[in-house]
Amino acid sequence: MNNDISMKTHGLPVGVRRAIAYIVLIFFSFLCLIWFYILLINSTRSHQEMTLGFTLLPSTHLLDNWTSLVNGTIPIANGFLNSIIVSGCTAVLCTYFSAMTAYAINTYRFKGRTAIATFILAIMMIPGQVTALGFLQLINKMGMDDSIVPLIIPAIASPVTYFYLKQYMESNLPLSLVEAARIDGSGEFRTFNTIIFPLIKPAISVQMIFAFVGSWNNYFTPALILHTDTKKTLPVLIAQLRGADWLRFDMGQIYIMIAASIFPVIVIYLILSKYIVGGVSAGAVKG
Amino acid sequence: MDKKQSNGNVVKFNRWGYIFLIPFFVVYVIFSLIPLVTTIYNSFFENYRSGLKQIGPNFVGIANYFKLLGTPEIWKYLGNTLIMWIGGFIPQIVVALLLAYWFSDPSLRLKGQRFFKTVIYMPNLIMASAFAMLFFALFSASGPVNQILTSIGVFAEPYKFFDHIASARMLIMFMNFLMWFGNTTILLMAGMLGIDTALYEAAEVDGATATQIFFKITMPILRPIFIYVLITSLIGGLQMYDVPQIMTNGAGTPVDSTTTVIMLLNRHLTSKNVGMGGALSVFLFFVTGILSLVVFRINSRSEN
Repeated sequence: MNNDISMKTHGLPVGVRRAIAYIVLIFFSFLCLIWFYILLINSTRSHQEMTLGFTLLPSTHLLDNWTSLVNGTIPIANGFLNSIIVSGCTAVLCTYFSAMTAYAINTYRFKGRTAIATFILAIMMIPGQVTALGFLQLINKMGMDDSIVPLIIPAIASPVTYFYLKQYMESNLPLSLVEAARIDGSGEFRTFNTIIFPLIKPAISVQMIFAFVGSWNNYFTPALILHTDTKKTLPVLIAQLRGADWLRFDMGQIYIMIAASIFPVIVIYLILSKYIVGGVSAGAVKG
Repeated sequence: MDKKQSNGNVVKFNRWGYIFLIPFFVVYVIFSLIPLVTTIYNSFFENYRSGLKQIGPNFVGIANYFKLLGTPEIWKYLGNTLIMWIGGFIPQIVVALLLAYWFSDPSLRLKGQRFFKTVIYMPNLIMASAFAMLFFALFSASGPVNQILTSIGVFAEPYKFFDHIASARMLIMFMNFLMWFGNTTILLMAGMLGIDTALYEAAEVDGATATQIFFKITMPILRPIFIYVLITSLIGGLQMYDVPQIMTNGAGTPVDSTTTVIMLLNRHLTSKNVGMGGALSVFLFFVTGILSLVVFRINSRSEN
């Protein structure tokens, strides 16, 4: 298919090729956005209006849908709070301790350093699902079943975040700075907290967003651990909507709940998109 | 004397390396390594619930593995997973290559690149479970897609997307495509921008066509990043869970045609079939482990 396109465009004047590129780009942008547009429109419409057909313009029932969701059977306020606590704590712990790990490997020349770096690289791609069985048994034994703690603590060991931060430190952190801090009598811990950590802030903030979003969207583990409705995070509550006899549900409520769990991330993303898109390519292997 | 002392200091400082590694390794050992070991251990026992009765745990050696790999169930679900992965991956890589090529082509000088990149990457950050729920609502019999399609006369009556194998799978493939093509575009573009433009200029001077340049220069240089994208996508594809689970309410409807391997694992975990769950986990561990080795090779090569 690609072959076809490049054959066709070959020989065409730049203006035509540019026009084709714009049309294709606009088409795919439309394909990405249309679903969220429909979601936004339907969140403002009442159940009755929606049964009549789709309209391109919003209606006036946004607040009605919101109040009926908040007053409904789903503990949405708790869900929000739980999701914010879990994602916020995960983002902080994940970036701080990954930076610490990356700093250890990047700065110090101790015995077994290369072996440890290789080990972390090797376990990077192993998915969490394959250890879920043992993880659940462990959580039960530790009495942490139906608690958000086991969703947060494991974030301290995040090989992917570590890998990105180590790459960043390698090219942006002069070791002479650490030497200078030592001569000035700064302890190793203080050097890390007060000098190094502020220096790598750009990388930290990008990774914080990724950690936050990853945790915010996570469904597999929370669904297995959380059982009490008021302790559940948003993805688990959304799955519950699907589990219910959803045809009897108020569609306005369903749409506004989806919108409420998606749009915070979209807003954060739109504000910080420059750094996020840059962060994606920076994390890629240098071919 | 002086030199010796400073050496001693450096060694003393270097011990801090171990101290800074403690949090990572303590957490890793407790929450990943021990669970991995107990998962493997459990896979050798017969341990499940049958109604109200608890069977086992009895040591059965590798019987669980024979049972797992000997029943058609796992192969069917592995097939489902791979079909839905490939169906999302092929359009994803084709579109991503094309867009990345355009974004990085200096002769096109496309405007609004940041806008387009922002938009196409966005679906990747959307909560997969909410996105699946959204698609389920949009494509349901009474949903807006059917309302639009019937009102413009494409269908006489609402099409039941979730009752047909092809359309149910295609929706999942389409969602996988939407969620990942922007990410792949950005990764490939990073690789393309790294190519020395002198190579292109030299090729043009020698009279190479755009097609020749693409296949003889761009593609070979992109090979490592291409393999990286392929394998990481395959590892991600094997973990496919949120979208089919929520779209089909865990049932993999119609007739188990959208049930993925992780959905099977989830069934074992929720029904407390510990032995089979363990065997399946170990099986997945080996499959993803072998695939990760390839990624690991690429990563460690880029390290040097």
